Amino acid sequence: MDLNKRYTPQTWPDHPETATLEGKNKFVGFWLLLAAETVTFASLFATYLALKDKGPSGMEFSAAGLFELPLVFAMTMLLLTSSLTSVYAMYHMKNHNFKAMQAWLGITVLLGLAFLGLEIYEFNHYVHIGFGYTNSAFSSAFFTLVGTHGAHVVFGLSWFIALMLRNAKRGLNMYNAPKFYLAALYWHFIDVVWVFIFTVVYLMGVIG
Amino acid sequence: MSSNSQKKGFGATIWDYMTTVDHKKIAILYLISGGFFFLVGGVEAMMIRIQLMKAGNDFLSAGTYNEVLTMHGTTMIFLAAMPILLAFMNAVSPLQIGARDVAFPFLNSLGFWLFFFGGIFLNLSWFLGGAPDAGWTNYASLALASEGHGIDFYSLGLTISGFGTLIAGINFLVTIINMRAPGMTYMRMPLFTWTTFVASALILLAFPPLTVGIFFMVFDRLFGANFFDVTMGGNTIIWEHFFWIFGHPEVYILILPAFGIFSEIFAIFSRKRLFGYTALVFATILIGFYGFMVWAHHMFTVGLGPTANAVFALATMIIAVPTGIKIFNWLLTIWGGSISFTVPMIYAVAFIPSFVAGGVTGVMQAIAPLDYQLHDSYFIVAHFHYVIVGGVVLAILAGTHLYWPKMFGTMLSEKLGKWTFWFFFTGFHLTFFIQHFLGLMGMPRRVYTFGADQGWDLFNAISSAGALLMAIGVIIMLVNVVMTVAKNERVGNDPWGDGRTLEWAIPSPPPFYNFAQTPLVRGLDPYWIEKMEGNEEGMVYAEPLGDIHMPNGSFIPFVISLGMFIAAFGAMYHMDGHAWALPVLIGGLAITFGSMLVRSLKDDLGFHVTKEELIADNERIKKEARALEGGKKGGLK
Repeated sequence: MDLNKRYTPQTWPDHPETATLEGKNKFVGFWLLLAAETVTFASLFATYLALKDKGPSGMEFSAAGLFELPLVFAMTMLLLTSSLTSVYAMYHMKNHNFKAMQAWLGITVLLGLAFLGLEIYEFNHYVHIGFGYTNSAFSSAFFTLVGTHGAHVVFGLSWFIALMLRNAKRGLNMYNAPKFYLAALYWHFIDVVWVFIFTVVYLMGVIG
Repeated sequence: MSSNSQKKGFGATIWDYMTTVDHKKIAILYLISGGFFFLVGGVEAMMIRIQLMKAGNDFLSAGTYNEVLTMHGTTMIFLAAMPILLAFMNAVSPLQIGARDVAFPFLNSLGFWLFFFGGIFLNLSWFLGGAPDAGWTNYASLALASEGHGIDFYSLGLTISGFGTLIAGINFLVTIINMRAPGMTYMRMPLFTWTTFVASALILLAFPPLTVGIFFMVFDRLFGANFFDVTMGGNTIIWEHFFWIFGHPEVYILILPAFGIFSEIFAIFSRKRLFGYTALVFATILIGFYGFMVWAHHMFTVGLGPTANAVFALATMIIAVPTGIKIFNWLLTIWGGSISFTVPMIYAVAFIPSFVAGGVTGVMQAIAPLDYQLHDSYFIVAHFHYVIVGGVVLAILAGTHLYWPKMFGTMLSEKLGKWTFWFFFTGFHLTFFIQHFLGLMGMPRRVYTFGADQGWDLFNAISSAGALLMAIGVIIMLVNVVMTVAKNERVGNDPWGDGRTLEWAIPSPPPFYNFAQTPLVRGLDPYWIEKMEGNEEGMVYAEPLGDIHMPNGSFIPFVISLGMFIAAFGAMYHMDGHAWALPVLIGGLAITFGSMLVRSLKDDLGFHVTKEELIADNERIKKEARALEGGKKGGLK
């Protein structure tokens, strides 16, 4: 593969992420990885549901009293919007508009960081009021499920930032286009998982 | 670069293997390390049988017995059987589909090194304060109470090697989906490639639950979480579910490639096309599918209730149907064939009755009320050794003989191979057949000793004698390997003379780019088709000779795995309050993620083998083939 080959929007293929064999392999392999990730999160959700509100006798925390929807709603909006902005970035990637792609990715990263900040605030708040990781089976299951999602957010953000910095000077080519595409795919997956967390953990938690 | 026949120094060879991304060399790494762990697990098995050879024996203490028993199971499943099968998958399935390499050569190497470091970590427990002692199933209620670090070695070691296996699974799936040669449709794929494909899909979906369960175990033991701690609201059954949601597909991950190897053998040595190829393929897929719906048959006595037990009992019985389809197809492949009883074929023929016996006891256990009687007795031990030794291990031994020439370019001795077979096969039935009756007589599994008044002396003594025969068989096999390596008599492309699939159409071992020109596949058993049409080259080509793109070797997979190995020590000793533990944990993870970052940022575009180099290499291969023809004729005929 020639990294110095210059493309214009006219010569750029419709699907640069699968235009090479390497790209195709990455594309299929990444979808399969997401399948494994899905099973991972399914296992974590199942555990959470089994252990929800379970703790030592006299435990003071339960899902109904603990979660506050306004904060979580703000987090949900931030993450959903960041998924939308990453779609815009990929739109520009496919049109070989590198600057616009970088700009939208930058916005995606900022929204992701804001989400992460609120999540850290939320966790810190829980620990502060005495709902720590070792508090009960419920707390362990909650922090592990939501924390694993948070770790995925950190990894996704680091991936975006590394790609943006590495390729800032050289623009789009057939070698890095699949990488940008997969990072965005990963970001959507994180978003979908969060939709389930919002529903299963927070909404169903508050309802009781 | 272009020739792998240059003589290299010892250090250079080691470095070559530490940095290789060639699937054929990774196969050899898997075979050697899997073989090593197979011997370790075998020694542990012998220790078990020595301890149980007579009533009230004191060869091992109760605690040591638990450790040996746990490590025997864990080592054999995770570190011996699976890696050796991965060795054959690596060595053969890319060749069978006409690919030059796997889809992700770098990840292939990473998968191996993760498995390797995970295995070493697990086995270091023997020297660092005691091995895990809660059984290979590691049930949480027992494991949480285990003192020392044995269980932590188990959890962290299997986490690391489990990541490696997951990566290998994804790699094979993508390779088979994307890299088949022109004309190699799904329904023309050799059965071994099909079983690799389905087993990889099982790996993909079965390993994450195990990883999650093990993480819970790590968090509970090392970081104060309460997943399994009943006093804190936890639930110990969660572990059992996750373990068996993984554990049952795991036995199909092992047996399906074994079925694949036997399918190849039956066709080759009966000189017939596989009977019912389509049925075999769909039976493979069905077994993989049902494999995920039966896990709770390991938990009939837990108390899930009659409805759950009935559902899982029925699902379990259904699996016997596709398995039976396979058995009959193999029998009908042999039927009317021109059979040659080579060592692989003898193993394959012996496999059928042995495995059927294990299958029949499996259906017995599927009957939930009967299982209440059989549960946790030696009947169970007899059953799963019949399917795993009678199925998987016989396939491994057969596959080693079958594919040794393709991997190393020499033939294992048929004579010694037959000696190994008779010792191993006799020993196997002697050891395990009688254990069915020990179970029915009430002997519980996992006990370190029994009393003289219980009437189990004779049968245990017979069982131990059988184990000795198996050990002799394995030792003869080792002698065979050493003698074959020492003699170094080279063989040609198709040493068995009746190869049917693409791997037999190219030199043994193949050049590092496998196929100078990508083959065009014209039907099932492409090499056989070309042979029957008198095509001397054994292949028709889908492309003219041209430059070939190949990946660069890399040391990074080794470093990534080493980082996780170091981090695991930090995580484990963190619990003891050592001040150095946290920096070690963070440092190890920094090495891992740092090297991943380097991999991501550094451009690695591979290199090209030019047309001229290919022509020169082809001349060399032809010259070697002529020298072989002129001297002693390679192979059997």
